[in-house]
Amino acid sequence: MSTAVAPPATSAAPVARAKVRRGWTQHGLLFVAPFLLVYVVFLVWPTLLGFRMSLSSVNIAGGNDHLVGFANYAEAFGDPRMWRSLWNTLVFTVLSTIPLVFLGLVFALLVHHLRFVQWLWRLSFFGPFLLPSAVVSILWLQMIYPPDYGLLNGTLGTDVLWLGDPSTAMWSVVLTTVWWTVGFNFLLYLAALQAIPQHLYEAASIDGATAWDKLRSITLPLLGRTTALIVVLQLVASLKVFDQIYLMTGGGPEDSTRPIIEYAYDVGFTGYRIGYASAVSYILFVLIVIVSLAQLRLFRKREEVAS
Amino acid sequence: MTKRFSFSQVILLLAALVLAAIWLAPIAWAVATSLKPEEETTVTPLQWFGSEITFDSYALVLETGGILKWAVNSTVTAVIVTFMTVLFSAMAAYGFARTQFKGQRTLLAVILAGIMVPPQVLIAPLFAEMVAFGLVDTWWAIILPQVAAPLIVFILFKFFQDVPPELEQAAFVDGAGRWRVFFTIVLPLSRPVLAAVSIFTFINTWNNFLWPFLVSTDPNTMTLPVGLANVVQGTFGLRYAQIMASVVLAGLPLLVVFVLFQRQIVRGVAHSGLAGQ
Repeated sequence: MSTAVAPPATSAAPVARAKVRRGWTQHGLLFVAPFLLVYVVFLVWPTLLGFRMSLSSVNIAGGNDHLVGFANYAEAFGDPRMWRSLWNTLVFTVLSTIPLVFLGLVFALLVHHLRFVQWLWRLSFFGPFLLPSAVVSILWLQMIYPPDYGLLNGTLGTDVLWLGDPSTAMWSVVLTTVWWTVGFNFLLYLAALQAIPQHLYEAASIDGATAWDKLRSITLPLLGRTTALIVVLQLVASLKVFDQIYLMTGGGPEDSTRPIIEYAYDVGFTGYRIGYASAVSYILFVLIVIVSLAQLRLFRKREEVAS
Repeated sequence: MTKRFSFSQVILLLAALVLAAIWLAPIAWAVATSLKPEEETTVTPLQWFGSEITFDSYALVLETGGILKWAVNSTVTAVIVTFMTVLFSAMAAYGFARTQFKGQRTLLAVILAGIMVPPQVLIAPLFAEMVAFGLVDTWWAIILPQVAAPLIVFILFKFFQDVPPELEQAAFVDGAGRWRVFFTIVLPLSRPVLAAVSIFTFINTWNNFLWPFLVSTDPNTMTLPVGLANVVQGTFGLRYAQIMASVVLAGLPLLVVFVLFQRQIVRGVAHSGLAGQ
């Protein structure tokens, strides 16, 4: 990387290589240009525009566009519904991340040690991840959670209201999410398990280690880095939750499940206050950037280890 | 030794069977419900099978609903997004890894910083942009924002950095142009990683909900998840067999593709999910 961007005059690369590199120089920007155009128009510019909007009173039709400073942020920090949705988002993130990481690991360990019908386990545990959120939400809302004829109460013999009761709605949303997305973490763990050199286990076996010893002193420590990465990815994914909650509960009952993205959507696209919606979105943005910085540090660490 | 090994295998197998049955039950329940006569879908106590197996709901859904049209929209938009994302990202990644130009380092930093920007917080400004461009209710509104995927550039950038430059240099010395080298040597060489990020991008696009939901109000441009959500939210009365038939039809394509190309998909998702590790 450093040789690639250093000016040719100071480059310590061999002559032949320097020649080739000089030859490539003039086309560099052309290679980057198509992506850059899309990136600037649909990511960089909206990011800046969104911040500008959050400082204004603009409505969804583009009217009433006056700068109001940080008034939207001040309003958001005094808005009990914003706090409620932020709280719901954090609760959802904690409640979902723990089982999603733990079960992902358990499934991966199980499948990794089984020799038969690998395709069946992969299909069972990863399959739901391939379903669109609308499919998952409609299925659970219409046929699994209904208290009278739903699969859950019918099988367990219980009488729970699930999505209909403020005290169980969030748990129900988490349950659906775990079922739906645990397959992703399962696959990441499976890939990490397959990358552990077999000879470590063979050596341990010679030393008389039991399966439990090997799990505790070889497998789990070697999965530490992967676990850190999965936790961060999962935190970011959970903080962004919207689809399944919007489609299953609409944020209810009594605002008990409404996440912050849904609140931004509600005030912006149903309440038409785009400026305020942007401010609410950017509060979440800051949270996600903080978690993502940890993610970038993990990437970098892995790179250092690799090189 | 052999005996203990097989005993633990039996225990693991039983555990896996129980968990797999639990994990498959919701999908099986959707299929079972879709095959029942409509009057028997909500009986209590719960029954897995109705008095007969009927495909009436599927026939009705395919005849009256927009599901085939939405499936086409989803496929076309996902294919275009995947193609553009992978081509543009590969070019950009190659540009960063193998060429030099002024401001390269800064530009790369700006793109990598974009990995932290969740598209979900940009819905308001993006929507305003689409209104300004007059693109609302078109495929391009669905497609373009999804092509700006800095994570894919990052994965491919790291890949190209690790490819030994000797092969390209030989072709360059033989007089091949930069673009020819890229398209005839570099891209074919990178087929596994390109397949991995393509699969990852396709799955994400196919399942994306919030953004397509915001920019399509016309049933003719809706993708499968959006169309399905709209129909079910606007449905009154008991039509559970039909709703489950739609759910099965909408969920099936990717599951079938997964069974057929399992090895490639598992590798693609794991590779991209771990950001190229």
